[in-house]
Amino acid sequence: MDRCLAGDLLKGKFPEAVLKIEEFRGETSITVAPQTIRAVMTFLKESENLYYDLLLDVAGVDFAGQVPRFMIAYLLHSTKFNNKLRIKTWIAEDGALDTVSDIWKAANWLEREAYDMFGIIFNDHPYLKRILLTEEFVGYPLRKDFPLEGRNFDQPFAVCLEEEQ
Amino acid sequence: MGLEAATPASVQEVINWARKNSIWPVTFGLACCALEMMVASSATYDIARFGAEVFRPSPRQADLMIVAGTVTKKMAPLLKRIYEQMPEPKWVIAYGACACSGGIFQTYNVVQGVDQIIPVDVYVPGCPPRPEGLLKGIITLQEKIAVEPAEQRKLVSLPWGNNG
Repeated sequence: MDRCLAGDLLKGKFPEAVLKIEEFRGETSITVAPQTIRAVMTFLKESENLYYDLLLDVAGVDFAGQVPRFMIAYLLHSTKFNNKLRIKTWIAEDGALDTVSDIWKAANWLEREAYDMFGIIFNDHPYLKRILLTEEFVGYPLRKDFPLEGRNFDQPFAVCLEEEQ
Repeated sequence: MGLEAATPASVQEVINWARKNSIWPVTFGLACCALEMMVASSATYDIARFGAEVFRPSPRQADLMIVAGTVTKKMAPLLKRIYEQMPEPKWVIAYGACACSGGIFQTYNVVQGVDQIIPVDVYVPGCPPRPEGLLKGIITLQEKIAVEPAEQRKLVSLPWGNNG
């Protein structure tokens, strides 16, 4: 397979945004600066030569003890050219990242999941609420400092239905 | 049996006999245990031998809730609502390790035993239990229903019923 175009094009268009380009077994990972994420993503989707029109996944990674703490990885796929691209960016524990949910609608739930599990805030997200856990849940379970079994997991659990209140 | 023998006590026996041989479960499966529950209704295991083959899609028509699978805390309010929608008399079988005690999921998002939310009559352990386990659970429940005292369950729609 040809070398991935995205790295060269991105470097030409946003020289200050691209921090690192990695190639491993035909997979390309590009690390970009967090404040440029919206410009980079819009370009990747709308460029005629790249056309990454499908967002496959948004993943959070907790590097506890490092600064910045969290890495966000976006997995993109181009249905036109049938290739994949991984975009990585880093944000601090108290930082926030711009949403891409208006670029790909799939990002809506994926970013909510990252918020649910890691507590990562996405600016301008239309509905940033917990998606998998209950709304009254305290803590972010996939953070490294969250206890493996959770807090008070073995305490009695009560359910109060709306009509009983 | 003469008419004079039809005291409420013996009527209760007849009612218990009718109830225990027509336990209709509500269609309710949560995880892999539900697949074993479905197999129990196949020709090989034939849950119909015990009068419990009519899996009702509506809780309003069901007598038995087989909690087959992992109860997450997100699912718990829905489970309780379905249970509350079932008319009296109603029974519950906790089917599988997860429903009995949380099973292998000792985590923040799983209810550690469905008996924290609703009253359970029969526990069937196993991960998952074989269909024979469910049949044994239903037989145990039948034995339990057969000796149930009148005041334990509401006698709805009978003139001497205790439904107030």
